[in-house]
Amino acid sequence: MPDLRELYQEVILEHSKAPRNYRLLPTANCRAEGYNPLCGDHFTVYVDLEGDSIRDISFQGSGCAISKASASMMTQSVKGKTRAEAETVFHQFHKLVTGQSPANGNSAQLGKLAVFSGVCEFPVRVKCATLAWHTLHAALEGKREPVSTE
Amino acid sequence: MTTAARRLPGESLQGEVRAAAGDLDVQKLRRDFPILRQRVHGRTLVYLDNAATSQKPRVVIDAISRYYERDNANIHRGVHFLSEHATEEYEGARKTVQSFLNAADASEIIFVRGATEAINLVAQTYGRTNVHAGDEVLITAMEHHSNIVPWQILCEEKGAKLRVAPMSDSGELLLEDFEKLLGPQTRIVALTHVSNALGTINPVERIIEMAHRWNIPVLVDGAQAVPHLKADVQAQDCDFYVFSGHKLYGPTGIGVLYGKSTLLEAMPPYQGGGDMISSVTFEKTIYNRLPYKFEAGTPHVAGAIGLGAAINYVNGLGMHRIAAYEGQLLSYATEAVSAIGDIRVIGTAKEKAGVLSFLLDSIHPHDIGTILDQEGIAIRTGHHCAQPVMQRFGIAATARASFALYNTREEVDALVKGIEKVREVFA
Repeated sequence: MPDLRELYQEVILEHSKAPRNYRLLPTANCRAEGYNPLCGDHFTVYVDLEGDSIRDISFQGSGCAISKASASMMTQSVKGKTRAEAETVFHQFHKLVTGQSPANGNSAQLGKLAVFSGVCEFPVRVKCATLAWHTLHAALEGKREPVSTE
Repeated sequence: MTTAARRLPGESLQGEVRAAAGDLDVQKLRRDFPILRQRVHGRTLVYLDNAATSQKPRVVIDAISRYYERDNANIHRGVHFLSEHATEEYEGARKTVQSFLNAADASEIIFVRGATEAINLVAQTYGRTNVHAGDEVLITAMEHHSNIVPWQILCEEKGAKLRVAPMSDSGELLLEDFEKLLGPQTRIVALTHVSNALGTINPVERIIEMAHRWNIPVLVDGAQAVPHLKADVQAQDCDFYVFSGHKLYGPTGIGVLYGKSTLLEAMPPYQGGGDMISSVTFEKTIYNRLPYKFEAGTPHVAGAIGLGAAINYVNGLGMHRIAAYEGQLLSYATEAVSAIGDIRVIGTAKEKAGVLSFLLDSIHPHDIGTILDQEGIAIRTGHHCAQPVMQRFGIAATARASFALYNTREEVDALVKGIEKVREVFA
């Protein structure tokens, strides 16, 4: 039986209550909207891209604890990284939450994001954990349409 | 063997007589539902997602199996024994539905896939014939997407306008505002009998009376109503009434459109094909009489028979007795859940059935749903296919517990304990 405490780790709850970089970003030159029609989660991710690197990043919107904490920790994780580096982290993160990475296999690259490993035991919550990442991906790709997890 | 429908009047009467005699023996009737015996995540299943779909009693499951094991044949076609028998069973189910809704004639009962298809049928046939540019279709602020989108499609095609009657903060229709929206430009009114997101029971008789003063026909969406209360289409005087079998302890993929025969007669067919014709040449096709005009192709015979069995089941218990029991259970649940700190109940209409939608502090309903699931408690979280209702209350989603005749006070207590657990996790 999956353990709730594995899903709702302290770090995740703390970020969901006090999300970091939760604000408008006036200097943003990329932005995208992400929407999960299943549960109504809705986020906007703002990126200030300087050349190829993410100088600053923020987000706003509403969603469940998992999606909000994921967005919050994502902004901390990719700030200062290049686009390619951010995409690599997304790739590793996606493997982590879908249960495709060996235990502790990527923890070095993922750092604090490893707290989301419990999500793989709750398949319906994978979309919550990845919504902000899909939105970041769309912002970096310059997509104009809102992205949807469906 | 006589059909179920031929036994119905007696059974129904018996049900009502027993209803007067006392309460439902819920512990006993729970044994009629095989699925309720299982454990989920190591806990006893507490199924509180009945507004999404209800569980099926053994008699319904058996009726479907028996049909496929013994009676399966195509209907209205064969001269052979099985075909004749299957036809008799299918038409028997139609008569069962007729009595259940108190329709004047069995030919006014059209079998469709569900409430959604029934509304689309009316929009695409009655609507396309009678709604023109500049006309209006009137719905309400508490409709399910299935009673919004078919009308939007129609209005867009015709250049007509979709008007929406408002509701109060408690989730009750504002009848004065509703009445003001009626006029010579209104071609049809479509509204829900019971709101799936809020539980509100609408005063459909009064609304129908208002609309009829302007000679406007009214479609009533009974998907959330028929499991909980007695629907009588002649007493209501509605023009169309729709519901889905699967929310009424019947199978998925079967539902009902009731229409007054005068309206159905005048409407063009919805789909063309076999069974809906009396004769076909390449020059001209003559359509079949009611109800077959609207049942193109081989219908869901097993589904109709399963629905008939479900209706016989609820009739056997007595609709009035079910309504009384569920009413007490909903009051108990509302009181128990409201007593938890930081709970906000969404939908506090005076007249309610089946549904308890709530918010807990600032905890997202999706998180509530996951944590309750770990306790074996199934609820629905999200917008409940009623996004405009969520917008009306300025929220993204709710957690919704919805009740059926087999739910108990012990299950409500489990829900309350589960919600306390949610608070602990988020403390």
